[in-house]
Order: sequence, then C-alpha cells, then structure tokens
Amino acid sequence: MRYILLICTEEASDQAMSPAEGEAQMAQYMKFGEEMGQRGVLLGGERLRPTSDATTVQVRNGEVLTSDGPFAETKEQIAGYYAVEAKDLDEAIEIAAKIPGASKGSIEVRPIWEY
Amino acid sequence: MTGDWDLAEECAQDAFARALERWPRDGIPRNPGAWLTTTARNRALDRLRRVARGATKLQEVAVTSRAHDGDDEHAEPGLDDSGVADDRLRLIFTCCHPALGREAQVALTLRTLAGLTTSEIARAFLVPEPTMAQRIVRAKRKIRHAGIPYRIPPDYLLPERTGSVLAVLYLLFNEGYSATSGAELVRVGLCAEAIRLARTLSELMPDEPEVAGLLALLLLTDARRAARLDAAGDLIPLEDQDRARWDAAAIAQGLALLDGALRRGQPGPYQVQAAIAACHADARAAEHTDWVEIAALYRELARMVPSPVVELNRAVAIGMADGPDAGLRLVDALAASGALAGYHLLSATRADLLRRLDRHVEAAAAYREALALAATDTERRYLARRLDESLAAAGT
Repeated sequence: MRYILLICTEEASDQAMSPAEGEAQMAQYMKFGEEMGQRGVLLGGERLRPTSDATTVQVRNGEVLTSDGPFAETKEQIAGYYAVEAKDLDEAIEIAAKIPGASKGSIEVRPIWEY
Repeated sequence: MTGDWDLAEECAQDAFARALERWPRDGIPRNPGAWLTTTARNRALDRLRRVARGATKLQEVAVTSRAHDGDDEHAEPGLDDSGVADDRLRLIFTCCHPALGREAQVALTLRTLAGLTTSEIARAFLVPEPTMAQRIVRAKRKIRHAGIPYRIPPDYLLPERTGSVLAVLYLLFNEGYSATSGAELVRVGLCAEAIRLARTLSELMPDEPEVAGLLALLLLTDARRAARLDAAGDLIPLEDQDRARWDAAAIAQGLALLDGALRRGQPGPYQVQAAIAACHADARAAEHTDWVEIAALYRELARMVPSPVVELNRAVAIGMADGPDAGLRLVDALAASGALAGYHLLSATRADLLRRLDRHVEAAAAYREALALAATDTERRYLARRLDESLAAAGT
C-alpha cells in the first residue's frame, strides 16, 4: 500500500535551531533517507520551505483569491513529507517512527486514495 | 496485504448465527469459543470454494486454512489447535489495533468476537443504534483503507499491542460490572464476554503474565457479583457482603492464575489489581481484610499508572488501615487538587470517611453532593439510604 507520511513540527522551534543543530538534523534525515532507500520503501519525499514562504489560493465565484501564509494557523505545520510503499499500516507506522521529526513533532500517516 | 479481514469477520458472524440456531437444539458445546472459530473457518472454506476460486488473495486464505485443518479430518478441534488459535488471535489483535479509537476497538470486539448485534452493543453502551452502527462502519472502513493488518503482531510489537487488547477487555468488563440501570441484562452479559475472551487470550498467550493477571482480576471481581446486590437490586458494600455467596470456584481459579503470573517476576498493573482483589477474596470476614497490604499495593499501582482515581482508592485503603482521619486527609488533599471535580465517588468516599468519624452533618452534605453526581439508579438508591442514616444520626 502507498502512504504519505506528513512531518508536522513546530516551526518556531525549527527556526530557533543553531546552525550546528540544523546540520545534525540534516544528517539524521540523510541517514533515514539512505536506510529507507536501501530498503526500497521510499517513493519520494521533500522538505518544505517554512509557511512564511507559503501562499494560499482559493477560487470563489470564479475569482482567484490569494493570501499570504498557510491555509490554517496551527502550532505544528507540515515541514515535509515522504511517500512510501509499505506492506500494511504496521510497516508504515514503523517507518514513520524512524523519521527524525517524529521525536519532536508528529507524523501523520495517510493512506493514498487508490483508484 | 492486510490479510482477509472481511472474510474472517463475515464468517465469524455467520458461525455465531448458526450457533444461535443450533445450540438450543443440540446443547451448547463444551468449548463454544473453539466451536465458533472452527465453524467460522469451515464456512470460510465453503465460501472460498463456492465463489472465490480465482482470487489470489482469497486462495491464500484457503491455503492457510487448509494447512491448519491438517490431514486428520475427524480430530476434535479445540483451542490447542493452532489454526483455531491463530484465527481468533488475529481477530482480537485486528479489532484492538491502536490505530482505531478505543470506542471503536470495543465495539468491533463485541461485534466480531462476541457476535453481539449492533443494537445490543448500542444498548450496552447507552448510545443510539445509528451512532453505534456508524462507529462500527467507520472502524471497518479504516481497517480496509488504512491497511490495518489482519494478523498476530510480530514479537517486537506484542507488548504494546497486547496492552491495547487487555485495555479493551478490562473496559468491557467494567461496563458490565458497573451496570445496573436500564439495559441491565445486556450489560451483565458484557462481564461474561470479557471473561470468556480473557480466558481465550490467556490460553493463547500463556507466557504473558499480564494476560493471566487480567483474567485473575476479572474472575476475582466477578466472584463477588451475587453478593453485591440485595433482593431489591440495591448495592451492598464490600464489608457488608455475605461472603458465603462469593463464588469459591472462581476465586480459587483467580488465585491460582495470579500466583502463576506473579511467579514470572514481571509485575504489571493488572497483576497488582488482581492482587488487591485477592486480598479481599482471602479475607474470611471483612474485619480480616489486610488493608495495610492493600494500601501498599495501591501505592505500587499509582507508581505504574499514576491516576487520581488510584490515589482515591489508596486513600480508602489508608482510611481502613490507619483510621478514617488519615484517609480523610488524603481525600481532602485530592479534592483540593481539583483533579476529580464532579466525580461522585470522591464525594461518596469523603462522606463514608466522615460517617466513620461520626461527623454526620458533614457526611450528610457529602452524601447529598455524591447523590447529585451519581450515574446509576442503584448507586443513587444506595447513597440516598446512607444520606437518610446520616441525617438520622445527626438528629440524635
């Protein structure tokens, strides 16, 4: 089954990291990506720029409404995602728990709607 | 993939329906649990042969089921038949998967393992039938769409997953045990179901001391059922119960299970609670109860699962071991913390300690408070009786 693992973390604490902490975190993500790549479960994944760089778009009555920021102001925001191929939810949970962000924020495991 | 949850579930229900048809005619088999899963498995095979010959996924189930059947067709299947055991365990673990909400876990367990109808489950949990139906439909949909596996978890997941199963059975039992109003009969049946499922689980997982601990706890608690209510259906407190009416066989079984579990040297909250129940079961009369031991066990329990409700129980035990004054100090501290605001047993416990201290006016006020918060008719009748006694004592 395919799942998207949404990495939800507190942006404020992410931005408060020192350069050394940031590098250490990056190294953890590289290690995770390598491990999962070798295991053959990774379909893709990206880190996202912070919500200060986000733009929200809506179309109402044919009019495009554009605003600054994320669609919802919440404490935790989506900081990145992985797309994985897992045998079942238990494997997806096991992979999610290994994402470095899981130990600080939350990982939302969402099955992909297959047609 | 996720294993064949749909098929297994449907066949389990089918087997239950056949049991209801046949048992009145043929008598209940010696081992209804095993009979149910065996029948479910045979029906699954029928169905597979009939309709699903080509589908790979279903063939897989057929192959594993056939392997479980073995060559010996006339063998009497029981719980020692590993095929039956696996089917049943798979169902329990799927129903109690932590990705499902607790309410959904409980509802699914009753629906698929106990074979209760949606309307029976709705009545047992005092929710409207459409609400319960929707809860079950949603849970089944999540099992399918989120890929919750239909299998026994691998060893490294077992401790976590077993905890979830035990919590469901514990909740099931408590729902039945505390039930006294309205849909009483259905709810009392929940206790029997919880015990039956815990027994199955302990036979399937004999090396898990907490599983044995839970079964012991349920047996020791349920043993007091007959002595717990008087002829009018009113609650009789532990110290006033006729201990001759306790179920001696259930107590013996519970104590033996608990001893076996404790010998493994891996204590857990269910074993500790069973040990507390055992202290009561061991006492030939209320005044022989070892309250010092019970207070120590509650302290241990509070360390394992910190909770204000456990603290309240510890306060009761201390009140019995060291006198109502000591108990009241703890209860007042708990009340001041606000952690149990609106909990009728906090007021009821305070009232009881005040009554023991002959402070009847304050006791009456606390009984009134508890009465306003109590959830069931039986509890309300009990508290009203105590309130009258306190008022009478205060008047003299």
